[in-house]
Amino acid sequence: MAQAKNAGEAGQYYFPHGSRLPFFGSMSLFVLMAGAAATLNGASIGAWVLGAGALLLCALFFFWFGEVIRENQAGMYNEQVGRSFRMGMMWFIFSEVMFFAAFFGALFYARQLSVPWLGGEGEKAVTSLLWPGFEAAWPSNGPGALSPREDGSYETIPAFGLPAVNTALLLTSGLTITIAHHAMKMGNRGVLKIFLALTFLLGFTFLGVQAHEYGEAYREHGLQLGTGIYGSTFFMLTGFHGLHVTVGAIMLVVIWLRCMKGHFTPRQHFAFEAVAWYWHFVDVVWLGLFIFVYWL
Amino acid sequence: MAHGNEAAGHGNHDGPPKGLVRWLTTTNHKDIGTMYLVFSLAMFLIGGLMALAIRAELFQPGLQFVNPSFFNQLTTVHALVMVFGAVMPATVGLANWMIPLQIGAADMALPRMNLFSFWLLFFAFMLLISTFFVPGGAPAAGWTLYPPLVLQTGTAFPMAIFAIHMMGASSIMGAINVIVTIVNMRAPGMTLLKMPLFSWSWLITAYLLIAVMPVFAGGVTMLLTDYYFQTSFFNAAGGGDPVLFQHVFWFFGHPEVYIMILPAFGIISEIIPTFSRKPIFGYEAMVYAIASIAFLSFIVWAHHMFTVGMPLAGQLFFTLSTMLIAVPTGVKVFNWTTTMWRGSLSFEPPMLFALAFLFLFTIGGFSGLMLAIAPADFQYHDTYFVVAHFHYVLVPGAVFGIMAAVYYWLPKWTGHMYDMTLAKWHFWLTAIFVNVLFFPQHFLGLAGMQRRIPDYPTQFTDWNMVSSIGGFGFGLSQLLFVWVIIRCVKGGQRATAGVWDWPHGLEWTVPSPAPYHTFEKAPELH
Repeated sequence: MAQAKNAGEAGQYYFPHGSRLPFFGSMSLFVLMAGAAATLNGASIGAWVLGAGALLLCALFFFWFGEVIRENQAGMYNEQVGRSFRMGMMWFIFSEVMFFAAFFGALFYARQLSVPWLGGEGEKAVTSLLWPGFEAAWPSNGPGALSPREDGSYETIPAFGLPAVNTALLLTSGLTITIAHHAMKMGNRGVLKIFLALTFLLGFTFLGVQAHEYGEAYREHGLQLGTGIYGSTFFMLTGFHGLHVTVGAIMLVVIWLRCMKGHFTPRQHFAFEAVAWYWHFVDVVWLGLFIFVYWL
Repeated sequence: MAHGNEAAGHGNHDGPPKGLVRWLTTTNHKDIGTMYLVFSLAMFLIGGLMALAIRAELFQPGLQFVNPSFFNQLTTVHALVMVFGAVMPATVGLANWMIPLQIGAADMALPRMNLFSFWLLFFAFMLLISTFFVPGGAPAAGWTLYPPLVLQTGTAFPMAIFAIHMMGASSIMGAINVIVTIVNMRAPGMTLLKMPLFSWSWLITAYLLIAVMPVFAGGVTMLLTDYYFQTSFFNAAGGGDPVLFQHVFWFFGHPEVYIMILPAFGIISEIIPTFSRKPIFGYEAMVYAIASIAFLSFIVWAHHMFTVGMPLAGQLFFTLSTMLIAVPTGVKVFNWTTTMWRGSLSFEPPMLFALAFLFLFTIGGFSGLMLAIAPADFQYHDTYFVVAHFHYVLVPGAVFGIMAAVYYWLPKWTGHMYDMTLAKWHFWLTAIFVNVLFFPQHFLGLAGMQRRIPDYPTQFTDWNMVSSIGGFGFGLSQLLFVWVIIRCVKGGQRATAGVWDWPHGLEWTVPSPAPYHTFEKAPELH
């Protein structure tokens, strides 16, 4: 499809000339989104459209990254192209940081402003008319005591149980990927493969623990998405984080498979670096979660 | 696709494939720029039709043409279409066309992602516009989507939210591409402080986009989960607060208005020197002014929310920080004026639009200062004064900037000169009617007419009639714009490489029309 102009000619920036993938990708996302909207609106066909969209999107990723990897292996990318990719990835991660900032912002707003106001702090006294006797405290499921239980109670997940284990898992995975990176730079591919595998195994273990924790929260703690602002911020923050861990772990598997096939050189391994940055970003977000959602 | 490698390297001007396939698969920055610009023009006309329906309804008090619910849908979608479909894509189209030409790059740094951004935007609007045809109609809670009102939207609700997600993804990808192109692809010798101001304005705009679009995405995601998944972000019973959404929205929304105007600032900074035959006055100050405006745009958002109640310290802070923006903006206005001082001025259509921009945008800026004063804003909030203010900065501001850019670079794109007389007619009709349309809205707002209502007390009739006449005059004048462009694409007097009398910048060193591939070998700068 896309053909290299001056393929392999060193010093030339590689511009793909024509590609069907972007249109295909936009269409896939459209199908996915239309399917999601139909599902939410209760249309019976929605789930099928949603599934089709998801499949199309997976196909897009497969073909798109496949093409980029092929071009890369054919040596079409010079150093300047590599710089473009690196900068692109950094700015993409910055956009992800800002996405999480919105939800952290909501968390801090609830903790510092809206819940205290509902408890009568400041000049917004009207709230005490609506919900007399509500005393602001954190964690809170609000003056309406929203909870799946009849009495409106719920329990939070203690920080120094499974969440602490998860923190240890993710921090260790940050260490293993750094060891893998050093091994890559030294050309020590045995160590590289082992530590990369360890990294995604730790990632998947983290996800397993998280899933277990969600199960307990839903079944035993009365802590659900609908459990007031605590449940909302808890599940949205940890949920989006978990989604990012999933994506990151899949990316780790992909670069691990590529290592097995002998891709990457000690000097050129952009995909590895990009995934490593992403993994560290996910790690840092978790630290924020551990401190502000679970611990304090 | 059949691309030969026959003439490797420089001078290999292989053309695009024919027909529709070209537009579905092209990764060429000029093709993508053209698609963005055409898309934007189409959206400008669609959004314009909605505005005309609104103005027709408001011509007289009482309900004439549309029911109140449909009126609310019109105001909501008109805004979303104009902001995300007309103004932003137009500036992205200009960025695509002109940034590589201005910095001496062969293309955008990430061409496939570039095409992805465009088609994603296209499909996002398919999703958004289709909400008019679902049960309950389009979203009707205003483009600001405030809860709890927006949570009463029907079938359209998730469609609109997902459309916004897709637009956001498209914008972020486009912005990443601009930053990477400017930072990584400049020709040797094109240092940052030699870069044309249009490219500079876009570099900073792109940074704003990447910083705030994800926050907006987060905010509308919270709306979605509040609607469907029982979360309590905006529900006081659960400990949340509807005002939280306003904070999230305006943390995005205020930088967003600079996302729309900064590229126009860049355009004006290109055009005024050309037709004054003098370099821009205070180039570096212009760069720092844009950067300051961008920085300040992050710390002023709550001036949109004075009436929801906030501590006195908050009112003071947001009033003062907002007024501070007048300083760098003043630097820009004075520098544009000083550039013309003792210049050898001529008044071709781009210059006419740039001059109108200078005067009329400044009016919008001044009314912005009035709105920044918290106690005064209590009177103006949600009145037509606000409508007049932001239309002054967006229409004779951003849109005039875009029209000036089209008239400035059209000969470079098409290789033909356009009909100057018709273009001047277009300018004068537009400039006159835009004032007939929006200036009376200041009076209406100060007299107390609310925004977003289909009916109004009879004492507001006269100025509403004037405004509606201006609206139809303005709308019809734009057909002339379309006509001038179509004729110019089809033919006309051949344009030279320089096009204008005093061209400056790399884009004027390549032939007109700019060949399909330019600067495959980096140009030499001196």
